[in-house]
Amino acid sequence: MNALQIGRARAPAGGLDVERIRADFPILKLKVNGKPLVFLDNAASSQMPQPVLDRWIRYQTTQHSNIHRAVHYLSEIATAEYEGARKKLAAFINAKEEREVIFTSGTTDAINLVAHGYGRKFVGAGDEIVLTTLEHHSNIVPWQMVAEEKGARIRVAPVNDRGELIIEEYLKLLSPRTKLVSVGHVSNALGTINPVREMIAAAHEKGIPVLVDGAQAAPHMKLDMQALDCDFYAFSGHKMFGPTGIGVLYGKAGWLEKMQPYKGGGDMILSVTFEKTIYNVIPGKFEAGTPPIAAAITLGAAADYITGVGMERIHAHETDLLDYATDRVNRLPGVRIIGTAEKKAAVLSFVVDGVHPHDVGTLLNEEGVAVRTGHHCAQPVMSRFGIPATSRASFAFYNTHAEVDALVAGIKKVQKVFG
Amino acid sequence: MADSKQLYQEVILDHNRKPRNWGVLADATHRAEGHNPLCGDHLTLTLKLSDEAVDAINFQGESCAICKASASMMTTAVKGKSRDDAERLVQEFRDLATGKLDAASPHHLGRLTVFAGMRDLPTRVKCAILPWHTLHAALNSVASTTTEAEEDPMHAPVGNA
Repeated sequence: MNALQIGRARAPAGGLDVERIRADFPILKLKVNGKPLVFLDNAASSQMPQPVLDRWIRYQTTQHSNIHRAVHYLSEIATAEYEGARKKLAAFINAKEEREVIFTSGTTDAINLVAHGYGRKFVGAGDEIVLTTLEHHSNIVPWQMVAEEKGARIRVAPVNDRGELIIEEYLKLLSPRTKLVSVGHVSNALGTINPVREMIAAAHEKGIPVLVDGAQAAPHMKLDMQALDCDFYAFSGHKMFGPTGIGVLYGKAGWLEKMQPYKGGGDMILSVTFEKTIYNVIPGKFEAGTPPIAAAITLGAAADYITGVGMERIHAHETDLLDYATDRVNRLPGVRIIGTAEKKAAVLSFVVDGVHPHDVGTLLNEEGVAVRTGHHCAQPVMSRFGIPATSRASFAFYNTHAEVDALVAGIKKVQKVFG
Repeated sequence: MADSKQLYQEVILDHNRKPRNWGVLADATHRAEGHNPLCGDHLTLTLKLSDEAVDAINFQGESCAICKASASMMTTAVKGKSRDDAERLVQEFRDLATGKLDAASPHHLGRLTVFAGMRDLPTRVKCAILPWHTLHAALNSVASTTTEAEEDPMHAPVGNA
């Protein structure tokens, strides 16, 4: 190991020990096409560390039963662990109350819950829902469905050439007709961090509630619902080192109580007759049917894992990694970074002159480097920048400078093949 | 495992760099738009048929190298062919790219066999097939097609127009 490598491997005082962390993630030992896996597709889905995997096994082997029902031992312990996970997630996002945490199947499900429970109840003809150009399709389509059904309108706040929200344009869109603002905390396609605190405060001045799509923020930054003061916040387990099939909708109790249930079934009721059903109180009202119990408990363990590593340390490491990657990719002639916002998180979207992103992705895969290629379920962002698609490297705290180097070497190989 | 030397062969890279029969025919008798919603690839295919033969064929669009090279090589392969021969090539190419082509039986693909490596890359197969898909749509007077369409013309037997 030369001096430079030692310098990079050594964590700053109190910083992240990446090698120790990597040892926790069994999948990172994989070889792909004979090369060490370089997993840079974390914005799509992240990997699970051993303690989180172990939690799933422990639940299924010693604690599993259905919850909120029977009086036997396993049902009691499964219920306690499931509600314990809710408590952990409430603490993780600093919610005021545990009942403000609704388990959903993921971010998409959480947004659809609000589109149904809030949108179909409170949005009417001529009303408006404000989004931004940066939204993922999952924060566009549910609102279009509501708008179409109710005769409401979608208004879109634009971004500048760096991929930053133009706040003045956003402010102009807020009006007495605005019934909701729904905005991504971090853009999945570009990595832009939106000024959500400012956006929420401005909306609240006009009495407009705000939903924040936090799918890309939860793994990268400290979430504080009380400080943010958003009305709803949605995120997914599998993007924060937990399993698929589980996510969270945070909602202020006042809103959740006023909203209509999303799905009908068991567990969301207090009493049922064929004449009338009395709905359960929150959070049960929004958790019809047997929930993904194991996934929720495992997500609780993922939150513990992140807290154990430390969000400040994660943030510092990822900022350093993104700066390093940005600098190295910027030095490559014929490669252009899409999304150059001043405030960004863990995403590097780029295009290689004369090479379609899918060809970039296939060639990088041959080097063991996993990136996402395509429109990233954010076609309006692609249109804004006049491109059909990008290649996207997205980082997690287990990624290293050496992996960025592998990415850069891979891009050079792409250029050689297509040269 | 296909490596780039297999998949990105010089003939494919060359057709990507210098696509043949690029453009839109002003006097087309048949035309179709092909679109892959999963990746955003799209192409416009225009043909001029006379006496059930392909007199002229052009394509234009935005796509990856695999799709563009496949389209370019397709146009050179079907130009001058009868409608039935073109449809037979569509079928044979689809079988080649999806690994269903019977190696023992004779085929008419010629240099198009460079796309045989696609069968190992299920995520890229649609890139190679999209132009052929679009050709089949154009020959059957379907104005636009996608790789995901329910009314996917490729689901219908080839040559039944």
